[in-house]
Amino acid sequence: MPSTHHLVTPLSKDDIRKLRAGDLAFISGTIYAARDAAHKRMTEALDAGRPLPFNPEGQLIYYVGPSPAKPGRPIGSAGPTTSGRMDAYTPRLLKLGLAGMIGKGNRSRAVMDAIRDNVCVYFAATGGAAALISRCIRSYTVLAWPELGPEALAAMEVEDFPVTVVADCFGTDLYEEGRKPYQHI
Amino acid sequence: MREISVDLIRDTVARLAVEACCRLPESTLAAMHRARACELSPTGRDVLDQLIQNADIAEKENVPICQDTGLAVVFAEIGQEVHITGGLFEDAVNQGIAKGYTEGYLRKSSVEEPLFERRNTGDNTPAVIHTRLVAGDRITLRLAPKGAGSENKGALHMLVPADGIEGVKKAVLETVRHAGASPCPPMVIGVGIGGNMELACLCAKKACARDVESRNPDPRYAKLEEELLDMVNRLGTGPAGLGGSVTAFKVNVEFCATHIASLPVAVNINCNAARHAEAVL
Repeated sequence: MPSTHHLVTPLSKDDIRKLRAGDLAFISGTIYAARDAAHKRMTEALDAGRPLPFNPEGQLIYYVGPSPAKPGRPIGSAGPTTSGRMDAYTPRLLKLGLAGMIGKGNRSRAVMDAIRDNVCVYFAATGGAAALISRCIRSYTVLAWPELGPEALAAMEVEDFPVTVVADCFGTDLYEEGRKPYQHI
Repeated sequence: MREISVDLIRDTVARLAVEACCRLPESTLAAMHRARACELSPTGRDVLDQLIQNADIAEKENVPICQDTGLAVVFAEIGQEVHITGGLFEDAVNQGIAKGYTEGYLRKSSVEEPLFERRNTGDNTPAVIHTRLVAGDRITLRLAPKGAGSENKGALHMLVPADGIEGVKKAVLETVRHAGASPCPPMVIGVGIGGNMELACLCAKKACARDVESRNPDPRYAKLEEELLDMVNRLGTGPAGLGGSVTAFKVNVEFCATHIASLPVAVNINCNAARHAEAVL
């Protein structure tokens, strides 16, 4: 039976070792919004020997490019974007101490190996549930590259953000295992 | 000649943009409820509950169903007896997109050139406009915003006639299998069969933007739609790709005439937010 976890960032390795593919988790605390362009910029910063705009130790990156906030709201709709586009950048960030990612969709072999080898985790948020997810987001603060618009790197305060563990640190991939009982072709 | 002003076209497109992005069509919502009733996976049912709740919030608060409010795809049918006054049709459509996406707090996701700078155009223009001249004195505008999560997982298969129905089924199945969780299942799958390269893709896009309750009027192709849906739902991908019995709400097939040596098959996938809005002027 899948377990339910309440997690507060930053995550410790002990927190991560308790998670199993298929478990539900509610995440609270600061998470970092970044997608394609911000990952490219982060990689360029590391190549140039500059620090990242945030300390990745134990933190989670959420792959999201929100819609604009209406007046009085911290953020617009904010569901996950496809994680696979960030595969090329992810192993390096995990080696630097990043605890994991929240997104949707399958990851490359290299990312899955890096998740296992560095004791990390990959969560899925529900793609398409963007208005619902935005209700868990208390604040959205751009940290770097505001010219990227919805692709800027931002810190988000979240409360009980619902996610599913897709890849745990033991090498299990829910996208592979989850469909097996229902596959009849 | 009946006159229709570019101002009316612009304002209609702006309204359709917000409507399509914030209000899930009733038929898509009904398909979600049906899927919720028959989904075998508890996790899959949870995902569908979230999607139904999400559609309700989006409609009540007039906020986007999904943050990816897409490239704006516009299907326009222009009656030959219409005289468009005050400017150019395509300019009016693009002005409407800019207005709707800006005033409606929709995300601007269009970059002006694909490879070097990839600079955001800032107002979600240009729209992707498909225009047909038809009989009559009306203009029908159908707006189908399309996010990239699902669009990126489409494929074109240039089959040959000997591949036949089995080849078509294999092409659709492999495309959907390969797409996995990325296009936000349960999806609506548009299949375009026949034509040439570009026409097969256009047919697939039209099929993708068709309502989930529609059927191909040709009973042979309607039956193929059902067979393809059954096959796709046996993949086990399930809601959000976490495993389950509902991978797609619907498969829509469109076909057209083709070359004696060709059997093009295009697959265009739509996500669970199968959005569209239409107006007749």
